[in-house]
Amino acid sequence: MNIKDRIKERLGGKITAWEEKSSRRIYFSVKKEDILETVNFLFKDLGLRFSIASGIDIPSGFEILYHFSLDKTGEVYSVRVFIEDKINPRIDSIATIFPGAEWIEREMWEMLGINFIGHPNLKRLLLSDDWPQGKYPLRQDYEP
Amino acid sequence: MSHKVIVPIGPYHPLQEEPEFFQLYVEGEKVVDIDIIIGYNHRGIEKLAESKHFDQVAFLVERICGICSSSHPYAYVLAVEDILGGEANVVPERALYIRTIIDELQRIHSHLLWLGLAGHFIGYNTVWMWAWKYREPVLDMFEMITGNRNNYAIFKVGGVRRDIKDEDAPVLKKALDDLVPALDMFRGAVMDDPVIKARLKGVGILTKQQAIDWCVIGPTARASGLNIDVRRDEPYGATDRINWNVIVEKEGDIFAKTVVRILELYESVSMIRQCLDKMPNGVIDADVKDIPPGEGIGRVEAPRGECFHYVKSDGTNRPIRHKIRAPSFMNVASNKVACVGGTISDAAITLAAVDPCYCCTERVAVISKPENKKIMNGWDLIKLSQEKTDKLKEEIKNAGIR
Repeated sequence: MNIKDRIKERLGGKITAWEEKSSRRIYFSVKKEDILETVNFLFKDLGLRFSIASGIDIPSGFEILYHFSLDKTGEVYSVRVFIEDKINPRIDSIATIFPGAEWIEREMWEMLGINFIGHPNLKRLLLSDDWPQGKYPLRQDYEP
Repeated sequence: MSHKVIVPIGPYHPLQEEPEFFQLYVEGEKVVDIDIIIGYNHRGIEKLAESKHFDQVAFLVERICGICSSSHPYAYVLAVEDILGGEANVVPERALYIRTIIDELQRIHSHLLWLGLAGHFIGYNTVWMWAWKYREPVLDMFEMITGNRNNYAIFKVGGVRRDIKDEDAPVLKKALDDLVPALDMFRGAVMDDPVIKARLKGVGILTKQQAIDWCVIGPTARASGLNIDVRRDEPYGATDRINWNVIVEKEGDIFAKTVVRILELYESVSMIRQCLDKMPNGVIDADVKDIPPGEGIGRVEAPRGECFHYVKSDGTNRPIRHKIRAPSFMNVASNKVACVGGTISDAAITLAAVDPCYCCTERVAVISKPENKKIMNGWDLIKLSQEKTDKLKEEIKNAGIR
């Protein structure tokens, strides 16, 4: 069974949208409550490599894309999660599953102000120490 | 009774003269923990990209890094071409070959640069001088093709900006031929030298499982037995039209990382030769006008590993989100395991073995503060970093050693 079918079979009803933009670019959405289960399955069971996550500020809240690479076929599986909360966005930390996600969650935390619950070391990565609290440079409403 | 002592390395890396700050926690000579502090090199390029139109962004991301300055624009144009239907469907055949030639030339000069620095650091200054000497002809080749020794300004969405002239091809081939004896010498100097073996074997090991857990890429992953290479896994440019091998070693130590890089140099030379031979005639630019709404991902194998760009377009002339992930972002974090358990004397070469590139890693923040509009020059920054080091020294003096 190929990886696409295994994902669909295992996650089934948890997938709220599935889109194949090209043969090597697969995007699917899950609810933010299911992110740990999804990432655990992709990383531990299927052995996909975590490339990076992209956090985006959208009008209704925030969107995070977790990009996983299947190096055998060159496919990129991007898991899309919506956080419908502008004031206090939060989501479970996937750095609890593998340490390679620690830095990017720290980056999204300081740049977009998304709180990662359970992150082992949630502190600033790139911003300087005297950067004002509560100012998030990658938000759309940010003004320097 | 053991005291835990903190050894600060930085904010300038002793080897690569780039701003970074490592705090090593040591017991006696042994490193028991490490704290990696980065963020000294922010330029806010992700944010800036959102204010430039699609053509300008290629020039902007080229300036992320002066060493892998073709990887970022290449990954970016691939991401935009992904929105348009894929590189192979958009870009003319000849441009694919030119792109691969530039990409592989860059790998040669980057690996030679690292080799020289690594040699310098373990006390082989001759290797340093030689490696940089033989890097020069590679930069000359860049100048011949693109007009620039760095920041080549050759990538654009839909093709390349400059053609390789027919009369230049023999000159390029001759320069490559002259490079091979130098590579043979380096291979001999590193692989047959008992001192280098003793110095680098078994040092700074990153096991295969650790490599998976920390999601490392490029030569760092391939030296730990992970058989991954974007050029083969998701071919771009002309990489699927020519013959070459992915170099994989199992040991995961610094020696393996060195061997991977040296052997990759030979593969790159062979790839460029094949491209020059096989390159068809034709146009080099598809003349793309509008970028439709959508999102795309572009990946290239930079000298340090997979370089990842994500671009989201809403149909206007500028991206609404541009996420950049350079390979060092994943590789540097793995020092947390590679360094721990070793000695202080091995720490710096271990930290350098992933070929870290801080310019790449730190390109996100915006350092403008309205209430404090002081413009800093290099001296101010050095002074600041020295003050911080002094402060930490004071802290350690007061707290660490009793």
